[in-house]
Amino acid sequence: MEIPISYYLVLSSALFAIGAVGVLIRRNAIIIFMCIEMMLNAVNLSLIAFSDLHRSIDGQMLVFFVMVVAAAEVAVGLALIYVIFRNKGNIYVDELNIMKW
Amino acid sequence: MQIIFFLLAATALISGIMVVIQVNPVRSALFLVLNFFALAAIYLLANAQFIAAIQIIVYAGAIMVLFLFVIMLLNLRQPEEGGAHRHLGQKIFGSFLATAVIALVIYKVFRMVVPPAKPLTPDFGSTEMVAKSLFTDYLLPFEMTSILLLVAVVGAVILARSKVE
Repeated sequence: MEIPISYYLVLSSALFAIGAVGVLIRRNAIIIFMCIEMMLNAVNLSLIAFSDLHRSIDGQMLVFFVMVVAAAEVAVGLALIYVIFRNKGNIYVDELNIMKW
Repeated sequence: MQIIFFLLAATALISGIMVVIQVNPVRSALFLVLNFFALAAIYLLANAQFIAAIQIIVYAGAIMVLFLFVIMLLNLRQPEEGGAHRHLGQKIFGSFLATAVIALVIYKVFRMVVPPAKPLTPDFGSTEMVAKSLFTDYLLPFEMTSILLLVAVVGAVILARSKVE
């Protein structure tokens, strides 16, 4: 009846790996951002699985704070992407080298 | 119960892969919404009702609307990939590293000694229990998140405002 914690952890690691691959191989900054959100969600899944295993609410509280930080991060990050697009005309990360010396 | 979990896990994994391989950012965003819904249902299976509701409201609702808004605001015309074989070595190396991460986690997880689960109280994960914890043990972090959100809003407005004073 109960789902073993190992299933949650394997799903979580698979989602994290998919997100990491997306960050590594995509060039569009918005899709890289979405993959970061997917990695945050994978970690949230681990936290909730352990919270369920130990019957402790602390893991769920940490997930709550991760979500708040993710929301703040998305607001600032998308504003940055918008400014880069306005100045450079595209948001493909391998064409942005203004910080390269 | 396990069949539901496997269906939801398959949905989450397939939609996650689709987020990465779709060329059109709007389709990526919509597959990410599907991924978030599948994860919210998995949270329900893990006795986290409040977090599941927050997942749908905040992630699938607010954050993804913000993403779609910015995608449509930017209106990127040129396609992303300059040929399918561009950066092929990086793609193969990245996929190899990701597979290694999954293999390592599977190897360690199935050798893990899991303590027996404690009995489930009926209000575990409910809004009431989360709220009690939030306003007693976690009151200081909760108040700090309000400052964080204020800073984020001010920062986003200052970054994205037009240059005309």
